[in-house]
Amino acid sequence: MKKDEKTTNIFLSGVGGQGAILASNILGEVFIRAGYDVKKAEVHGMAQRGGDVTTHFRFGKKVYSPIIKYGDVDYLLSFELLEALRYVNWVKPDGKIVINTQEILPPSVSLGQMEYPKGVEATFKKYFKENVHVIDGLGIAKELGNLQAQNVVLVGAFSNFFPKIKEAYFIDAIKKLLAPKLHDLNIKAFQAGKQAL
Amino acid sequence: MKEIMQGNAAIARGAWEAGVKVAAAYPGTPSSEILKDVADNYPEIYAEWSPNEMVAVQVASGAAIAGARAMASMKHVGMNVASDALMTLAYTGIKGGLMIVVADDPNVHSSQNEQDSRNWARFGKVPMLEPGDAQECYEFAKASFDISEKFDTPVLLRTVTRIAHADSLVQTGKRVESKMPLGLDPKEATKYVMVPANVRPRRKIIEERMRKLEAFADKTKLNKMEINNKSVGIIASGAAYMYAKEVFPEYSFLKLGMVWPLPKKMIADFFKQVKKVMIIEELDPFFETEIRAMGYKVFHGKDIIPNMYELSPEIVEQAIKGKAYKAPKIRVKPEDLPRRPPNLCAGCSHRPLFYALKKLGAFVFGDIGCYTLAVAPPISALHTTICMGAGGGMVHGAMKAMGKEALGKMVAVLGDSTFLHSGIAPLMNAGYNKGNSTTIVLDNRITSMTGHQEHAGTGFTVRGEPANQVDYAEIGKAVGIKNIRYIDPYNIKETMEIVKEEINRDEASLILCKDSPCMLLRRAKPLEKFKTPLFAINMDKCRGCKMCLEINCPAISWREAAGQTKDGQKRKGTVYINPDQCVGCEVCVQVCKFDAIEPAKK
Repeated sequence: MKKDEKTTNIFLSGVGGQGAILASNILGEVFIRAGYDVKKAEVHGMAQRGGDVTTHFRFGKKVYSPIIKYGDVDYLLSFELLEALRYVNWVKPDGKIVINTQEILPPSVSLGQMEYPKGVEATFKKYFKENVHVIDGLGIAKELGNLQAQNVVLVGAFSNFFPKIKEAYFIDAIKKLLAPKLHDLNIKAFQAGKQAL
Repeated sequence: MKEIMQGNAAIARGAWEAGVKVAAAYPGTPSSEILKDVADNYPEIYAEWSPNEMVAVQVASGAAIAGARAMASMKHVGMNVASDALMTLAYTGIKGGLMIVVADDPNVHSSQNEQDSRNWARFGKVPMLEPGDAQECYEFAKASFDISEKFDTPVLLRTVTRIAHADSLVQTGKRVESKMPLGLDPKEATKYVMVPANVRPRRKIIEERMRKLEAFADKTKLNKMEINNKSVGIIASGAAYMYAKEVFPEYSFLKLGMVWPLPKKMIADFFKQVKKVMIIEELDPFFETEIRAMGYKVFHGKDIIPNMYELSPEIVEQAIKGKAYKAPKIRVKPEDLPRRPPNLCAGCSHRPLFYALKKLGAFVFGDIGCYTLAVAPPISALHTTICMGAGGGMVHGAMKAMGKEALGKMVAVLGDSTFLHSGIAPLMNAGYNKGNSTTIVLDNRITSMTGHQEHAGTGFTVRGEPANQVDYAEIGKAVGIKNIRYIDPYNIKETMEIVKEEINRDEASLILCKDSPCMLLRRAKPLEKFKTPLFAINMDKCRGCKMCLEINCPAISWREAAGQTKDGQKRKGTVYINPDQCVGCEVCVQVCKFDAIEPAKK
């Protein structure tokens, strides 16, 4: 198989309400524009009820499986620390990782029965060294005046992994998927994220 | 142009292009987006949320018999409800094309059981197609209507979660109106009136039709043979084909797009062309049983492929490679991490109601909806969930079995949409058969769990047009329930008093939750009823007793820190109310015994 025929696997993880699904929709529009076959699968049955949300995103010349093979993740984009750690085993040894610093407590932690895991960043660095990138998406979104834009900040940061993909594709995707009144804010969020990494 | 589409959206698109005029459905994960997509994007199609899947199939089949192309869509368990109609529609046939979409949920991401709906095709003697990605969802939906009209039969289109909820590229086309004239012909009664004298000849027609469909299966492009490396050939369909193709692209494949009836000649040819045949299928050994019965020697099938949960690329790889499979390195044990189960939203009216039922010590016959989440600790106040509408029937049976002993000890709960789906008949039964059960309708004004679909009690159609709104109390009265009470679930004390009175009453009762819309239903302005927008903990008073944690509110969390109250009571920690999540429902205020939760400002 030629190198450019290989399918690339991106795994997105987060918590319902963080906007991970919009982020994966943006990636979908971007990689189609770049001429790839794209498949993405999400489990979001109860996401609105505070459960975890994951998206398997794959692009390449011809993609078969809608879900990524366990252990074959090239890029992990996580919206929340615990939800990053949950999928650490899925990432290839040379995989690249973007972790958002937000912590959202799951019920067992809120109830005082379990501890929220400590040192998530250090755990990732132990295995993936310089391929781990940590970003305060919420902080950047706050500076822009809208916490909801956190997801697009993260997409902006993530876009740095794909220098060959035109920035215009990301901007087009944002414009296609969001209401016109949100375009300016989210384009700014994308740029801020891109510069943050 | 190619567009990225969800499998469900691609089905809607295919149906629209095929000239469908009528679409009906009852929501159910992972099928709900199909009808929503039809309603939002294709004004040429009449679309409706029916009260249940049986009605949806009745509506679609009526449209089909009038000559229109029509569809009904549902999740796998909905097919059980609709099956009574399906089993006889197989006899009568249709006129305009009829497609019934059934979405399976292997691995039960959001269901009460795990069924393999391919069995309905064999059982009902109707053809079934199974797409493997969005492009096929689109193409197979279109093909369904042609097959349906050509062979005069309903056609089943089966998906699974990983196909229905996966997005991929679709090359779309234009809508083509059906050329079939609309109208009904009374002279066709022998075809559509299934009395024994008419059934017997139709029974024979079914068998003839199956033989014709078998011949079609051998010719259709829905089934594809891909001969590569001839040492191993894999027979698979849908998602299982995609997983197998992903990990063993070098092998030969017989990809079945039409999963019933099977292409016998094609299968014979495949066995001739390849050395060893493996059958890789999710859930039941459906192909395998049939193919073994045809007399073939199958190299591997369910001896190595699991017959439960969903498959994945690594499960298929591991099954076939056996010991040669190298598992990825475990860096962190996921089982050591805190889980993140779904929870009732902050402010949800189900939370105080189930807290009240728990305090009453009632055995709660439950049902299917968001409120099923009340089974989870620490609320732990729901004790059965079987099928839509079951609770009302079950509580009646339990009370008949236990006699007067049962009074005051049990209750049934179900949501508004579930009540309209299957809850009315059990209530009628309690009214008719001298029952003494109590049924509570948790009316939150919408079908919540599946993502806010309208129903006959919301006052709106799927397209948001104003519609008749069912009066639950009038239904109760009409079916013979003398005791109809209203509760405000946010008032825990009053709720407990009313429920206690009714479950102890030796007559059937219906309790309706009033003014308690879903927290996510913006148009009902759910927050307006809360007088104070936010509450906070008074650190001078909080004793760290953890009582308020018992309601499992997502806004409340425990913070360990030794200290004491103003009056010197020692504590190990306090609770914290997250101001971003608190909506001011005052449920925790009622639970706190030390008046430590007080109004605060946003």
